Amino acid sequence: MSEHHTAEDIKKHVRVYINVFVALMALTVITVGISYLHLSVVPAIILALVVATIKGSLVASYFMHLISEKRMIFAALILTGIFFIVLMALPVLYHGDKFY
Amino acid sequence: MQIPYTVHPRPDTGLFNAKLGVWLFLASEVMLFGALFSSYVLLREGALTWPHGYEILNIPLATLNTVVLISSSITMVMAWASLKLNDFAKYKRYIGSTVLLGFGFLIIKSFEYGAKFSHGIGPGDSTFLAIYFTLTGLHGLHVIGGMIVNGYLWGPGSKMWQSDPERLTNRIEVAGLYWHFVDLVWIFLFPVLYLL
Repeated sequence: MSEHHTAEDIKKHVRVYINVFVALMALTVITVGISYLHLSVVPAIILALVVATIKGSLVASYFMHLISEKRMIFAALILTGIFFIVLMALPVLYHGDKFY
Repeated sequence: MQIPYTVHPRPDTGLFNAKLGVWLFLASEVMLFGALFSSYVLLREGALTWPHGYEILNIPLATLNTVVLISSSITMVMAWASLKLNDFAKYKRYIGSTVLLGFGFLIIKSFEYGAKFSHGIGPGDSTFLAIYFTLTGLHGLHVIGGMIVNGYLWGPGSKMWQSDPERLTNRIEVAGLYWHFVDLVWIFLFPVLYLL
């Protein structure tokens, strides 16, 4: 986020933060609500991860200011994202004693 | 020697040094938690049976903890906004609340752990419990780390407001980045461990 903010800018930010907070609370209720539906494993995992990703994106975009951040940070995060995907793909690609 | 670029952005990165430093640290944290999440998937895939978290763990307490941690994120960002608005008294209240909410999170977590231990249930009892205690324990350590930093910035560290207010504001911003990351990790831990 740029280092030059007027008081008015900050007050606008504060309103956004409060909206994000309300959205996060609502999504928490939805997450727990979905779990009480006792869906089968695959749809349950997909739904839970979709809601968690929306919540995580809200935190990263607004509370962590990623929505208005400098290119240097995105470069570091894209690299991290690639390595993270590889890390998460490892168990998916590994079946029994075979790796493919 | 003065540490360079604590207030003004470095011309080549466009960022003050601490912000880039903390983001790089958070990138390494993504890999740390990523490795454990990856292990969770591997263990779950390889297990013959896997319990539903909600059969073993306490959903209402964990939901309350989610609310507590999200609330601590809003107080953290409000602490930064208060400094930007030159309202030091509000800053003290918000950063103090953030520390207290972190403390509340740990108390609730200790009730959860205590209930398990009192029934003789520990990390050695199943693969699920092993990964549950590892992930939540590591996350809990991160909460403690954040509380120490935020506690310092509430107490002795806040004196910097008199000598170098912009630098303190930047410190709160980067301490906030870490704290929000800890919140973000919990946002994924909660459904993965408790609800699936």
